[in-house]
Amino acid sequence: MNPTPRIELRASPHVVRGNSVERIMFHVVLALLPIAAFSVWQYGLSALAMLVTVTLSCVATERLFNRLSGNPSTLTDWSATITGLILALTLPPAFPLWMAVVAGFTSIALGKALFGGIGCNVLNPALVGRAFVQAAFPVAITTWVPAFAPNRFSEFAPTTFTPPFMTPPDIGEWAKRAVDGFTGATPLARWKFENVLATPADFLTGAVTASAGETSAILILLCGAYLAIRKFMDWRIPVAVLASAALTAYVFQLVDPSRYPDPLFVLLSGGLMIGAVFMATDMATSPVTPRGVWIYGALIGVVTVMIRYFGGLTEGVMYAILIGNALAPLIDQVTQPRVFGQTREKAAMGKKA
Amino acid sequence: MIPGQKQLSNLEELLEGVWKQNPVFVMVLGMCPTLAVSVSAMNAVSMGLATTFVLVGSTFLVSLLRNVIPKEVRIATYIVIIATFVTVVDYLIQAISLAVYDALGAFIQLIVVNCIILGRAEAHASKNPPLRSVLNALGMGAGFTVGLFALGGVREILGAGKLFGFSLFGPDFQPWVVMVLPPGGFFVLGAWLLLFNWLNSRKTDAAPAKPAEGHAHV
Repeated sequence: MNPTPRIELRASPHVVRGNSVERIMFHVVLALLPIAAFSVWQYGLSALAMLVTVTLSCVATERLFNRLSGNPSTLTDWSATITGLILALTLPPAFPLWMAVVAGFTSIALGKALFGGIGCNVLNPALVGRAFVQAAFPVAITTWVPAFAPNRFSEFAPTTFTPPFMTPPDIGEWAKRAVDGFTGATPLARWKFENVLATPADFLTGAVTASAGETSAILILLCGAYLAIRKFMDWRIPVAVLASAALTAYVFQLVDPSRYPDPLFVLLSGGLMIGAVFMATDMATSPVTPRGVWIYGALIGVVTVMIRYFGGLTEGVMYAILIGNALAPLIDQVTQPRVFGQTREKAAMGKKA
Repeated sequence: MIPGQKQLSNLEELLEGVWKQNPVFVMVLGMCPTLAVSVSAMNAVSMGLATTFVLVGSTFLVSLLRNVIPKEVRIATYIVIIATFVTVVDYLIQAISLAVYDALGAFIQLIVVNCIILGRAEAHASKNPPLRSVLNALGMGAGFTVGLFALGGVREILGAGKLFGFSLFGPDFQPWVVMVLPPGGFFVLGAWLLLFNWLNSRKTDAAPAKPAEGHAHV
């Protein structure tokens, strides 16, 4: 017997590529793993404990808000895992674990769940979490440990297991015992306050003091390139951020080479690389129009350099991206492309109406 | 009294401001002092009591004079009455504790423009007899004090590890610096509003047949 031929009527699109939120997010997690692994190799047990704690607290917070709102679990879309990993990579490796939990909870609760979950957030959740702990614990978040300490796989940094709500102990003694002559300042801080420049070789080998995932510039670019080639990420954003930061730095260096560092130092130092590749590109918080993406990226690059050169803080990537996020809807609005076939005059009229 | 509205008993009138019409959590009025002085529990409670004093005094006077004050100049008259009590409370705090006076700063004088007080004078005291006005003002003042304490308590505990200046966690406590900064005020206020709205929505969800009460979101 012949089955009745089925005629399906439905709206476009009729051909789909098979990309889903879950798939894209899973690949972002994959791209973050090498960076996390490098960070653990660099900073040892403390970094590993911090990475795991932050990621777990983000996932647990996501689950908690799923339950409270009575919605099905959204853990399988991997977005909370990404937030956790990115947040952990922006924190100092020996960040006390209880503060790491606060950061993870804040990023998901304040940065994402309160806005309505994935896709509805205005600001990058990981950076919301980091901005909160930066404002809450300004000392702990600028306490650094040396990279490649010989004892990094045998003992934790003394700050890691600080009892909840207690002040972390002073890390100076321990760090000096681990690595002789350790100064405890990031390359950006050393440039700003001591006028000492780190060499590109220091950055490329990761032998600098920094947040857990900031130093592996080549690895970050490789992972970013993978995402860009698979079209899981808009390559224009990192290119625009890095190019505008380099250009701004170049202009400043032309004006006064004795005072301002070279563009390469600006690109490699601090969180600019990981910020440009993994944080500014967050789909929910970046513009969607082709021109808007360039404006957004350029803005982040310029603001980063401005904060570094003229601000009270040594690093400005986080606030630059948050400002970019906040402006993204406005950028989208003013860069709406003309509808195909519409004349310039008509488009202008439509805008006014 | 708005026609058609049920006459409240004296007790209900008193409790109105404490819970159902709480100035901080339900009406969201007087946010400027709420966010600015709720850095510690002591400041918060002092501010709440000072505001309550001005509120009770001025609503009593406004209510007494409600049939004498010409409609056209009523706002100016209320402000003069309120300013009188603010001057009294200003000197009073200065006499009682100079530390609290310095901590609260200009916000004591700014009670005069606190919209809870002018709002109560205009919306309640000018239409009700003195006893009811004072009961309502007492409730509103208590509600405001409780609201300020809720903010100030949380901010002092997290921001300094203390409550009313007494250390709760010992000397090793890590202060959350952000909590004593202005953003901390917004975070804690947001969290309390969230809690209140959540409790209210649970109540309305539990009894869907009952018609929703008029929420006075101002």
